[in-house]
Amino acid sequence: MSRLTLDGLGKRYGTAVAVDGVSLDIAQGELVVLLGPSGCGKTTTLRMIAGFVEASAGDVRLDGQSVLGLPPHRRDMGLVFQSYALFPHLTVARNIAFGLEMRGMARPACDARVAEMLRLTRLGALADRLPRQLSGGQQQRVALARALAIQPRVLLLDEPLSNLDAALRAEVGREIRLLQRESGLTTVMVTHDQDEAMAMADRLVVMRDGRVQQAGTQEDLYERPATPFVAGFIGRSNMVPGVLGADGGFSSGGAVLHLAGRYGAAGPGTLALRPERLSLAPPGSGYVDGVVELATYLGAVREHLVRLGHDLRVVVRDPTAAPGRLHPPGEPVALSWDLSAERLFNAQDAPLLPLPPGSNRETVYGRGEGALAGHPRLAIAESLHFATSNASAERPPHPDPLPEGEGADRSTHHD
Amino acid sequence: MVSARHMANRFPSETAGRWLVRLLLAAAVAVIFVPLVLTIYLSVFDETLITFPPHAYTTRWYARILPEFGGALRTSLLVALAAVAISLVLGVPAAIGLARHRFRGRGALSTLLLAPLTVPGIAIGLGIYVCAVMIEERTEWPLSGSVPILVAAHVLIALPWVVRLCLAALANRDPAAEEAAASLGAPPWRVLWRVTLPAMRGGIVAGALFAFIVSFENLEMTLFLTAPGMTTLPISVLQYLQYRIDPLVAAVAVVQVVLVGGALLLLDRVVPVGRAVA
Repeated sequence: MSRLTLDGLGKRYGTAVAVDGVSLDIAQGELVVLLGPSGCGKTTTLRMIAGFVEASAGDVRLDGQSVLGLPPHRRDMGLVFQSYALFPHLTVARNIAFGLEMRGMARPACDARVAEMLRLTRLGALADRLPRQLSGGQQQRVALARALAIQPRVLLLDEPLSNLDAALRAEVGREIRLLQRESGLTTVMVTHDQDEAMAMADRLVVMRDGRVQQAGTQEDLYERPATPFVAGFIGRSNMVPGVLGADGGFSSGGAVLHLAGRYGAAGPGTLALRPERLSLAPPGSGYVDGVVELATYLGAVREHLVRLGHDLRVVVRDPTAAPGRLHPPGEPVALSWDLSAERLFNAQDAPLLPLPPGSNRETVYGRGEGALAGHPRLAIAESLHFATSNASAERPPHPDPLPEGEGADRSTHHD
Repeated sequence: MVSARHMANRFPSETAGRWLVRLLLAAAVAVIFVPLVLTIYLSVFDETLITFPPHAYTTRWYARILPEFGGALRTSLLVALAAVAISLVLGVPAAIGLARHRFRGRGALSTLLLAPLTVPGIAIGLGIYVCAVMIEERTEWPLSGSVPILVAAHVLIALPWVVRLCLAALANRDPAAEEAAASLGAPPWRVLWRVTLPAMRGGIVAGALFAFIVSFENLEMTLFLTAPGMTTLPISVLQYLQYRIDPLVAAVAVVQVVLVGGALLLLDRVVPVGRAVA
């Protein structure tokens, strides 16, 4: 039951940097998910919090007190592993009692606590079974009960759902979430699965190459990704590399896309388009014309693969609940979208803000607080109490004609 | 139609395969058990020289085992037990270290601990003997033909089995269980006692058993290390055979098989050794 603070936490193995200056403030009762591809440093970060990996830089504090000097068994953290890590020679009840026995709890109190945990996790009928006699979902519930029994100050979940099949995953995930809420436990979870992360988290931290790419709520990350990587990793995006022209057209692969927003900039960059926010229109009536290459009816959505120009392909998804039809391959179509579907990044992977309607360039880039606030959808949420190590914030000013986007802006706000 | 013809095509070859398996099984059983049955048969011949067919049968050879080989049997048992105990004390921590930690020289240590398996017993025995004599010449310590040297040599050949089987037992276990125990508040020694050692129980028992058998039955290395009045059972049997060939040796062999086989069966009940090392 604590506030957990990571302060510039880093880990290097020789010259290889596994985790690079991760700072994070996790409030009492909050569930934060570290999300990223394998090798991004999320597990190493978790293991540094637990004490199994020694930090090379920075600090881990519980309620303001550093725990780096404490060995794992004195950190009071409940751990749940991907592999369950139950003690194979002990029954379910003895597994749950293990931490209580280590604390020298008296027998009656220990039994009562075990019974309570068995009831909470609905494992009462299995108390005398051995782990190998349980299903994966049941084993993970035992692992959770065992970690919660000691009333840890922090709960750490290391890919807790990855070994479960898809149907169980959602169920056990909800169960973990409910128990975590009820017990008000400060929790850090690690996963590579963005659906899992979106479903469980109060707040997400997307990591890559040992650094935090972006931290925020599901909505922050989905609506306002700070880098192309986040745009592709949270939800799905069509990532379109190309060049933004002075006329506001974005050319890529022989096609020119007219954008929904005006950016007052030019130069190479990346355009991220959300498939579910694009729509098909009659040829000539959208932002760009193309030809349908694949059309699939997926139940909840229709999915079209549309070729723009000669070698640019874009996925479009529209709900089958809305009017529309499946356009057969070969049919010429146009794509249209609104501002919320597009996100433009400059060559330094920093996001560019569209100009508010009727404004000029200076209102956006000159101390842009007011302009940003006037555009809530694209302003970075001020509630982010992270110092993200956004790539753009750390690079020197670049010679590129594109101005630094809000990445640079934000770093000045927080300095 | 198609499937029926398919079945018909497959059927004869499948039957042939099944018969081949049975034949191989029968051959294997014969190879293993015929010598054993013959030994038991020989051990009850009422003859002082092994002649066939025997005139009569007797169990008197069994009564002569203890008077003739009692001392050697005792030496063998004591040496084997001591070697097992020392091998466990050295081998179990070594296996834990090798399985759970990465350190400089880990590969070399692992090779070193398993190396005695690859050296012929005669070579080890001769080497130890020569070494003992050289130390003896310089220090006057009566090493050659002494019990400590004999036990040390048996530890050398028993240790690889303990290390190997304990390593195998640990390799099957998730090290996360040890981390889980630590996170639940168990200091390192309690993790070892409550989680690691129970997890490798099967490997420890199997390792001890194999170590015992390897030590108890060793002949070629021990040849160089015994002294008058301190011989092991296999060596006594060999010496006996040099002068007489009578059914007493067969009787000793039968007793040996019964003891070792009984121990194996009993331990398999207590700890499923097969599963522990699989």
